[in-house]
This record gives sequence, structure tokens and C-alpha cells, in this order.
Amino acid sequence: MTTKTLRIAFVLLIASVIALPIGSALAQDDGVTLIIESWRVDDADEWNDVILPAFEAHYPNISVDFQPTINTQYGATLGTKMEAGTAGDLIMVEPFDYRLEMYLNGDLANLNDLAGLENFSAGALSAWSTDDGELFGVPLAAVIHGFMYNADIFAELGLEEPATAQEFLDLLDAVKQDGQYVPLAMGTSDGFVPGLLGLQLAGQPFWRGEEGRLALIDGSGKFTDQGYIDAWAFLAAWADYMPDGYQAVSYPDMQNLFTLGGSAVYPAGSWEISIFNQLVGDDFAIGAFPPPVPEDGADCFINDHMDMGMAMNADTQHPEEAQLFLEWLGSAEFAELWNNALPGFFAMSNHLVEASDPMVQEYAGWRANCGSSPRNAYAIISRGEPNTDSELIRVTQLVMNGEMSPEEAGETVQAGLASWYEPQMGE
Amino acid sequence: MTASLSRRDQPNPRKSFPTHILVFLAPAVLVYGLFMIYPLFDSLRLGFFAQVTRGVEQFVGFDNYVTLMTDDAILQPRLLNALKNSFLFFAVNMLVQNPIALMLAAVISTKTRGGLLYRILIFSPAILSLAIAGFVWRLVLSPLWGIVYDMLKALGLEAYAQPWLGLESTALITLALISAWQFLGIPMMLYYATLISIPNDLYEAAYVDGATDWLVFWRIKLPLLMPMVGIISLLTYIGNFNAFDVIFALKGADAGPNYATDTMMTFFYRTFFGSGFQKADPHMGAAVAGTMFVILMAGVLIYFFIQRRIKSYEF
Repeated sequence: MTTKTLRIAFVLLIASVIALPIGSALAQDDGVTLIIESWRVDDADEWNDVILPAFEAHYPNISVDFQPTINTQYGATLGTKMEAGTAGDLIMVEPFDYRLEMYLNGDLANLNDLAGLENFSAGALSAWSTDDGELFGVPLAAVIHGFMYNADIFAELGLEEPATAQEFLDLLDAVKQDGQYVPLAMGTSDGFVPGLLGLQLAGQPFWRGEEGRLALIDGSGKFTDQGYIDAWAFLAAWADYMPDGYQAVSYPDMQNLFTLGGSAVYPAGSWEISIFNQLVGDDFAIGAFPPPVPEDGADCFINDHMDMGMAMNADTQHPEEAQLFLEWLGSAEFAELWNNALPGFFAMSNHLVEASDPMVQEYAGWRANCGSSPRNAYAIISRGEPNTDSELIRVTQLVMNGEMSPEEAGETVQAGLASWYEPQMGE
Repeated sequence: MTASLSRRDQPNPRKSFPTHILVFLAPAVLVYGLFMIYPLFDSLRLGFFAQVTRGVEQFVGFDNYVTLMTDDAILQPRLLNALKNSFLFFAVNMLVQNPIALMLAAVISTKTRGGLLYRILIFSPAILSLAIAGFVWRLVLSPLWGIVYDMLKALGLEAYAQPWLGLESTALITLALISAWQFLGIPMMLYYATLISIPNDLYEAAYVDGATDWLVFWRIKLPLLMPMVGIISLLTYIGNFNAFDVIFALKGADAGPNYATDTMMTFFYRTFFGSGFQKADPHMGAAVAGTMFVILMAGVLIYFFIQRRIKSYEF
């Protein structure tokens, strides 16, 4: 009796497990589901709870599914999915040469005829265009780099925001002399920290932002120029002010050190604003200043980096619906939703959006007085091997660990670039 | 046993083909063939091709291998560096993990009080996920909050405190030691299982003849353990030459600083799947994998050669 009941229950259970997905698939049959591939696992909640419902409210027959992959494996996963034909309809793409090959291979659709592109600046669109101006991605968001500081420590020690590189080092020295706090919350264990939060953040004023970046591309500028050597020398001088054993201090470690109130200055990206607001709360006040300039009166430059774009899978089953979504990304509604849901990521359309977060306003405000430029090796000069971006990360880590001189770093990167990049080969 | 079987088979030489053997073999052969043998040969095949355009491959013979070994700008120095690091990683495991495992097994197999507890404790890290073990070690060794530094300070040895995981000179050895620590339990249990299967008569006879514990270990236990030492060395070689997860978890695919922790597997991963702006190149990646296959195969052949010379005892 009992065994029979059990057996029937078991069969019913199996049947329901099998029937469940079939049932839900039937229920959605009349609508279209778009899948977004992304590396932004951290933003899944904002996409699912704020941004996508707003889009779906306009188009009730389209539902959009945000399916992120962990960022370190995004490239490998996306490549495999594309090859197998299982990638989503909408593909979030890194800027410049990251996914250029994918477009040239025919994996991503051409978007030059998309409506609403007039909402974006030519500069923003250039990050997702081929050298001939074929567009394959709609600009989503930019990030800005700059220093954050613990304003309570600054007040306690009577310090002020530094304007020049020398003032910056003097400030760190004053914190060090005081002895209570680590002057600079930074560690070189994760390669991208010296590369991105060191060189690309603090180096821009030394190579004059966009001017220096374009000079490297046309061959008139070299990594052995004084600006780059000075930038590396500046970074090498930070070694005295980072925590003991900074060579093994990882990115989460340095974030914790700063948010726990143990250090005065932190090299930040604007994406950290929302994380730090949450972690720090009312424990202490945070201030921010743009990268210090080489000498008094020199022009200010910031790393204002196109970070995310959205492309369309060339093989999507639902091209019309996907295009509707891409067009909506250029709307004022999206910009408003985005800037407030994800403070620190700046929507790139021309709609004027007032951000509510004061730190976001501060970062965005630098754009008015400072030159803006993306990371200097993302376009064109990292297309060959050794690729310049990896090399910059590698040598900057060595320079900051005190194992390579600034001059040697410049020569190494320059020699690597000149080995394959024609405009840099000389006679 | 064998003799009686063959005699029974002889009277009926035209016995029908033993179909049941095929049936029993089929599942294993199919699964293993489909998921191990076929991918292995297909990846070797991949190494002999190059991509012309998308989806179009061309046979290029040994070109990928030649490029891999002669491109003195990037590939060859990276390959040599990765080879050196892989052997170093294996050597640290071989020289640290094996002797300690043998020693612990020898101690635990005598009637130690709490032997079971020690066995469980020493084996337990091996069932941890490497992500967790790696994370714990990164915390322990963190210059900011690691307890190692407090301990060294308490002993007055703070001058020796170093950011071991971050220095080019020490990062790889530190990772190898973490891996050796985590999987110490596995060779220990294998040695332990062999030791307790040695009959007590041998020891008793030796003790009656006046042998000391020390002598019993060197003259009786160790010789009887030699086949197991051989097998464990082989497993250590295969397992550690392929080391990937601990490095990927703690240092990422770029195996910094300055490729100081780059092994054959991380080198393979970057080549095959790409990393940052480095383009994925499955064909060159397969050539790296093929190189690894040859090196591992050579190691296994050396083992079979040596194994024949190790005496096996029956008891």
C-alpha cells in the first residue's frame, strides 16, 4: 500500500519536473525574449529591477533577459558561444579593439543605419567603429578615474587637495610622518591596479591626454618621450607611501584598507562611488580630486574612458526587436535611469542628466576643466604582439615594485611596439 | 589459478565469441572514447592546422610547433619560462609533499593515539575547493591583515616577513607550497594504506632478530613501499606539471608579477582563449597542449622504465 503510494508520488514528481519547463515555455510563446550577454555581474540587479522593466513597459511583447558572465572569463566564454552559435541577441562589448575582430568576422551586426545615433558624440561612437567608420556598437557608459580621499583624515592633519605631482607627494609624506595612517591605499599584486589605477589614472597629465594618445598612434610620439618617463618616475615614488608589502596587496585589500578608514588617499575609478557609498556610509566623509599635474599651471587631463557598448548578434532571430532596444539606449529615459541606478557609470548620450549623488557630480564636473581621453593603448596600438596594453601593465607593475627603472620601462614598451607597428618603426 | 582456467578453456577452442565481454566493456569504452580519447586526438589535430578565414582551416604540418619554439620575440621566451616554472612547481611538490606524506603515514600507521583524528585533519584540506583554500592562504599571507606577520613579530623575526605572494622571486614557490599543503593528504593516505597492508610477521621477525624501529623502517617498510613511491611520483608529476587552478585563482591568467608564476597551463590558457587584447588562437594553443602532451608522455615512459627495476614483493 505505502510502496504503491510512494511509487505514484514519485512518478507524479518526475512528470511535474518534466512538464514545468514545457509549461513555462508555452506560456511565453506569444512574446519575444532577447538575451543580453554581459560581463557586469555586479549590475545584474539594476538591470533586472530598474532598467529592463522600463523598456518592457514600452514594448509588452518583448522581454529582455540579462545574462552576465564573470568578467575575467567574458572574452573566452563569448568567443566560444559565438563559435557555437549559442550567444545572446544583444552583446555587451568592451571599447575599441576588444571586439573589433568579432565584427570583422561577421559575428556582430552593422549598426550605421540605427535610428537615434545623433544622440551620441562622434568621439563616443568612435570607440565602437572600425577604422573606416563602420559602427558595430551603441555607446552605453563611460567611467572616469581620479583620486578619492578620507576627508576626516585631511581635516585632522590639516591637509589640502594637491594640484601638482610634487604637492601630491608632499601630502603623502605628511601623512607618513604623522604615522597613524597608511598614506596611499594601493597594492600592485593584481596587474591591472598599477596599469589602470596607476599609469592610466595618474599618467594622463604627463602625456597630455588625447594629444599623447594620438601621437603614439600616428608615430610622432614614443614611450621613450620625457612625459612617459616622468609618469613612471612619479609612480615609482609612490612606493614609499603604499602599505608595507604592497607587492602582495590585492585590489579587494586596498579597497578594504580605504573603506575601513585606515588610509588617506585612494586611486579610484568612478565605478567605485556606489560601492564606497555603501561600505563607508557615515563613517567618514570622502572627497575627490583629479590627477595632479606635472608642474604648477599645467593643463589638467583625466582618463574619461568609454567602458561599455552594446552590439547586436548578427545571427539573432529577432533583429527588429533587438534594434528597438538599441535605439532605446539613446533615449533620455535610459540616460536618466542609468545614471541614477548605477552612479559612477556615465551614460554617453547627449541628454543632460542631473545626477543626485554629489560624488558623481564632482567626477563629472572635471570634464568641464580637464581634457578627456580614454586609456592610451586601447585603440590600434594593441593589435599586434607583444600587445602594448599588456606590456604597459607588466612594466608598470615592475616599476612600482622597484624592479625596473622608468627609462627601461619606456625602452621596453617602445621596442615591443616598434617591432610590429609600422608608424613606429622609423626608417 | 591461471593454469586451471586455461586448461578449462582448451577443450573447447571453437567456443563462440564472448559477446558478453563487449557488452560489459561498451559503456566505459564509449564514454571514455567520446569524452577523453576523441578530444585528445582532435586537439592534437587542431595543432597541425591554422585558420585561414573564419571556419576555414588549412593543414600546416608542424608550422605552429616551429613558430612556438623559434619565435624569439614572444612565444619562445614565454614557453621556456613556463616550462621552467612548471618543472619548479613539480619539483617543490615532489621534494616537499612526498617526504612529508611518507613520514606522516609512517607515524600514523604505528599505533598512535588519535591516529584517526590526524588522518581526518590532514586529509581535510584536499576536499576543500581550491578557491577557498587559495582565499584562506591569501588572507593568512596578506601583508595588511595576515596572521603570519603577527606570528613572526611575536617570535622577533619580523625582519624575515616578506610579501611572498607578490615578489617575483618567491611567488611561484609560495603557490607550490600552498598546493603541496592542500593535497598532502592524498599521498599520505596511499602510503598509509600500503603500510597497513604489510603483514606484522615481517616486523615481528625483525624485532626478534634485534632490529630497531629505525632499521625496520629503512630495511622493511621503505623497500616494500617503493612501488607506491613510484606511482605517487608519477601522479605528482602529472598533477603538478598541469598546475593551473591555484595559479589562476590567486594570480589570474596573466600569472604575474612579470609572468613569474606562468606555468604551461596558464600559458596554454592565454594562448587558446586569449587574454585582454591578446587574440584567442586555438591552433597555437593546441600546439602548446601538444607540447605538454609530449613532455608528460616522456615522464610516463621514464616511469615505466624505472618501474620495471623496482622489485615487487608478494606477501
